[in-house]
Amino acid sequence: MTAATQNRAAGLLGRHPVGMILAAPYAVYLAIIFAYPFGFSVWMSFHDYFFAAPGAIVDHPFVGLDNYKAALTDPAVGQAFKNILVFLVINVPLTTGLALVLAVALNRVVHARTFLRVSFYVPYVTASVAVVGVWLFLFNSGGLVNSLLGPLAPDPSWLVNEGWAMPVIAFFVTWKQLGFFILLYLAALQNVPNELYESASVDGANGWNKFWSVTVPAVRSSTALVVILALITGANLFTEPYLLTGGGGPNGASASPVLIMYQRGIQQGEPDFAAALGVLLVLGTLVVAYINRRFIEGRDS
Amino acid sequence: MRRWPNVVRYFLLFLGALIFLFPFYYMLIGSLQSSPDTSIKGAFPTGGLTLDNYQDINSRVDLLGSLVNSGIFTGGVLLGTVVFGTIAGYALARLQWRGRGVLFALVLLVQVIPFQLLLIPLYVLIVRGYGLADNYLGMILPFAINTTAVFVFRQFFLQLPDDLFAAARLDGAGEVRILWSVALPLVRPALLTAILLTFIGPWNEFLWPFLVTKDADMQPLAVSLANYISTVSARAANPFGAILAGACVLAAPAVALFIAFQRQFISTDIGSGVKG
Repeated sequence: MTAATQNRAAGLLGRHPVGMILAAPYAVYLAIIFAYPFGFSVWMSFHDYFFAAPGAIVDHPFVGLDNYKAALTDPAVGQAFKNILVFLVINVPLTTGLALVLAVALNRVVHARTFLRVSFYVPYVTASVAVVGVWLFLFNSGGLVNSLLGPLAPDPSWLVNEGWAMPVIAFFVTWKQLGFFILLYLAALQNVPNELYESASVDGANGWNKFWSVTVPAVRSSTALVVILALITGANLFTEPYLLTGGGGPNGASASPVLIMYQRGIQQGEPDFAAALGVLLVLGTLVVAYINRRFIEGRDS
Repeated sequence: MRRWPNVVRYFLLFLGALIFLFPFYYMLIGSLQSSPDTSIKGAFPTGGLTLDNYQDINSRVDLLGSLVNSGIFTGGVLLGTVVFGTIAGYALARLQWRGRGVLFALVLLVQVIPFQLLLIPLYVLIVRGYGLADNYLGMILPFAINTTAVFVFRQFFLQLPDDLFAAARLDGAGEVRILWSVALPLVRPALLTAILLTFIGPWNEFLWPFLVTKDADMQPLAVSLANYISTVSARAANPFGAILAGACVLAAPAVALFIAFQRQFISTDIGSGVKG
């Protein structure tokens, strides 16, 4: 190959065309598993789509916004979005606050460092299905939590109580996911320059002042990430309402949008309805995430 | 002067750690009791522990078969992620080729597309279209190359010094050779972190394998245990004992791996990798 043709190849394919070959399997994977289903999902939500016998050629006529109208006017869907709101109102502030406070405390720990960190991370690495088992045992009507509370125990018990089912799920998820968020905050804390604390000390700030005026602003970008990830976890909620409260009970008081997508889309064979609900759920998540971002960044000015 | 807040901090941290660990302790104790004792005293039994619940759950759920299914599912995801993820991460970090920017933008985009949007179309395609229900490939496909791991691999390769690559190229090594004998050995410790993080995803995953496996012989343990919890448990003599025994079996491999390699998790590399 002459230098000239080599240069021309470099212009067309880049300096290391072998990179294309190395990245090709992953690029193909993204196309098949993300890009195509993503487009298919949006297409499906605007068409009358149903499961047909294999090989049968059926029409899927365009129905405009019918699926969206059906999803938006379905009372079970409205209830599920309300439930998620209850979940987020409890879970997001609790997760953010506890994760930051625990990360700050853990960051300065010298003794029993490994034991303490492992304790907080263990729920995160364990399968939801496994720990749901023990929460069912703890929170059932004759469970340990009620024996501890005695006459203070709610009636009906936690998981079958319309007012308590969703909060218990929110506490469960907070406990389950907190370790990961502590990890994110611990990483962020390593990047806070020590001089900031020193100059705050010179100015006569106590521990509490330093936490509010140095630590909290310094880890703000991580807080934005934690809030968004907690939000996505909340929007994806399925295993907990499916198992912990026996399919979103009582009376749909703990149903989540993904649970409805499963019930309507797969059990009842209305994938078009479920696809529209999925699009609505993602749009809702994006709107809340955007508002949150503006809110967290807006406090700068 | 600083002693008092220190004591308080340790006290609160230990209290929190105990609250976080208690469900695990209770899971183990409950799995060893022949009948559920939910009194406060029952949480600290002095004797009468038995392995009957493990036998009970094993007779209702094929524990070994389910564990093998979980292992194949997790192993497939790890294999795909390590083989194709590292080379993609390397190409994104160290090589210049047309389309690199576009692919990296996609890597970032994929991380914000929630799985629930893809749930229904993936089900339609994989189960109805390709007929991969009750099939390991159908289980593995949506997770086959973990995008977060690709991102983390890229970060690892980016952190290596440029001179190293320049020197290897000067010596006439090809790009594939450089990846195999220079870059990969250097990021080996970091690879372990990424592998551990990837492991807990499929091992603990419930929703997707639950959708694609109806045949009990193909179900990973998370799915067969969940089915036991939601349907069969009402008929068992000591349903909670059996559920907790199954939960211990499901939790044990992930918790054991985590404790064995906790240094990898505790090092803040992961955080910086995830953060970018």
